[in-house]
Amino acid sequence: MVVHAPDERRSVDRVFHALADGTRRDIVMRTLQDEYSVSALARLYPMSFAAVQKHVAVLEDANLVLKRRDGRQQLVSGNVDAVRRASDLLDELEAIWRARIDRFAEILAEDHTEGTAR
Amino acid sequence: MTVTVHKDAEARRMTITTELDAPAERVWLLWADPRQLERWWGPPTHPATVVEYDLTPGGSVSFFVTGPAGERRSGWWRVVDVDAPHRLEFDLGDPDIPTVRVRVSIDEHDVGGTHMTIETTFPSDEAMDHLLSIGFDEGMSNAVRQLEDAIRADAVP
Repeated sequence: MVVHAPDERRSVDRVFHALADGTRRDIVMRTLQDEYSVSALARLYPMSFAAVQKHVAVLEDANLVLKRRDGRQQLVSGNVDAVRRASDLLDELEAIWRARIDRFAEILAEDHTEGTAR
Repeated sequence: MTVTVHKDAEARRMTITTELDAPAERVWLLWADPRQLERWWGPPTHPATVVEYDLTPGGSVSFFVTGPAGERRSGWWRVVDVDAPHRLEFDLGDPDIPTVRVRVSIDEHDVGGTHMTIETTFPSDEAMDHLLSIGFDEGMSNAVRQLEDAIRADAVP
């Protein structure tokens, strides 16, 4: 596995930020199972329509949900691919450390070639 | 070189072990010498530059990595414990990723070669637990995958 390009890192950061909030995690879990309008979601939480709309926008920015228009309604559905990518996040952290260990070993190998013969 | 990885969701821990063909003192320098640390911390496309380096308990290490377009990302260590050349423990911070505790153990074998363990512990926090439960737990991962399959099946007319 290759270590991240910076734009991929940005998307990882956005996913972290998006999932750091309980309401947003709940919205993700719900919309993975069913499509919800923003107003239907707003009725589920003790907060304003605008606040829920803002949460949806954060999730949309992290690509965890997808939004579409249906007449006057905005419908929200969970993005399964993105949620799966989030679940792969730890594999990515693992890949970063594996790559570091590879470089570790390379440097140690260079000692042998640069220094006297073993 | 063998690298093994073990993940434990309950302990919020990822453990990576490897065998290195060098004495413990040599391996230690890769962590303890900032110029050597710069050689392996960032990938070749994002070399690291160490700004501050104080490898004593309570001390700080700070660095940045520079990307191909010259963009910089900074990071830091808060040193918790140092026992050269065998143990190093620090909190690793990145601006956008939760701080993790890193514990490094370097143990030389009698017959030569060195065993290195890097233990990464994630903070106890609701968001992290959620991610770990998905990422570490095979059952949860499978559930997400099954959900994906179910949605795909539904999408077929």
